[in-house]
Amino acid sequence: MNPTFAKSLNAICVWIDQTALSQAIQVTNWVVPAVQTIHILAIAVVASSALMIDLRLIGVFWADRPIKEVSSRFLPLVWWPLLILFATGAIMIISEPARSLKNPAFQLKMMLLVAALIVTGLFQFFQRRDAAFGDLRPRPRAAAVTIAIVSMLLWSAIIFAGRWIAYYA
Amino acid sequence: MEIDRTLGWLQATPVAKAISENEILFPWIESVHVLAIVLVVGTISIVDLRLLGVASLDRAVSRLIRDVLPYTWGAFVIAAVTGSLMFSSDAVHYAHNFFFRGKLVLLALAGLNMAIFHLVGIGDVARWGKTQQTPLAAKAAAAVSLLVWVTVVAFGRGIGFTMH
Repeated sequence: MNPTFAKSLNAICVWIDQTALSQAIQVTNWVVPAVQTIHILAIAVVASSALMIDLRLIGVFWADRPIKEVSSRFLPLVWWPLLILFATGAIMIISEPARSLKNPAFQLKMMLLVAALIVTGLFQFFQRRDAAFGDLRPRPRAAAVTIAIVSMLLWSAIIFAGRWIAYYA
Repeated sequence: MEIDRTLGWLQATPVAKAISENEILFPWIESVHVLAIVLVVGTISIVDLRLLGVASLDRAVSRLIRDVLPYTWGAFVIAAVTGSLMFSSDAVHYAHNFFFRGKLVLLALAGLNMAIFHLVGIGDVARWGKTQQTPLAAKAAAAVSLLVWVTVVAFGRGIGFTMH
């Protein structure tokens, strides 16, 4: 890592650690497990909703329905819980900034998250351009299946990286 | 206690010892466990929200159950296997942990709730399952299911914070 960046990251961690909020969370031992529980439940909604869309893109779930219907049922549940995930994630960062911000597993998780959101956005872009994108019919489906597989791999990797934060600390 | 001797034997088995002695085996198993339980909770809530009359109302209940529950069961089997592997690595301690015991009770409750719903609560699902209105028994089973699974996740985190 660039030494100037490492130094300012360090300074940010020290600063957050000394805020009243961080200190308050650090002395209340139920906050972090409670917040982690909410975080995991929100991930359950996001990952399962993404999985349903991906399985439809592959063609093994709700194959009798247009992809547009499946995505209007589940796509909002990929995006909206992210607010809860950012809020609970922020509380975890505030409680132990160095443990997360300086953690390679955390940094990897954030990069994977950006990639997953780009893939999700790409799917929406294709769907906006062509409402029947990926539907089962004689047309090239390679793009839809590729998006589905990459999406499943990325969300799984995000969950793995999240768990590994605890082991790189 | 007799049970402690059995658990002591379990954690001395080669697989259990490999998990407790190897530094990266446990985190890998735990990651798969989290991925699996996340999918159990997420997919089962799709069915629960339908039973509550909240979402997927354009899909018949029995149809939705057939569509979704195979994934729930697949994920549950993976969660159970990975959970058992983690348990084996430190069986005696887990068996005496409040949150671990509570999680087992909650899983039994989830199973019982499901069994009661399928045996007596589901009634004439072929008739009501096509409508958006769901009977009280279905709503009750769904509410209990959601509550129990949320608590299962909380207790799982509780184990993590009290075991090490």
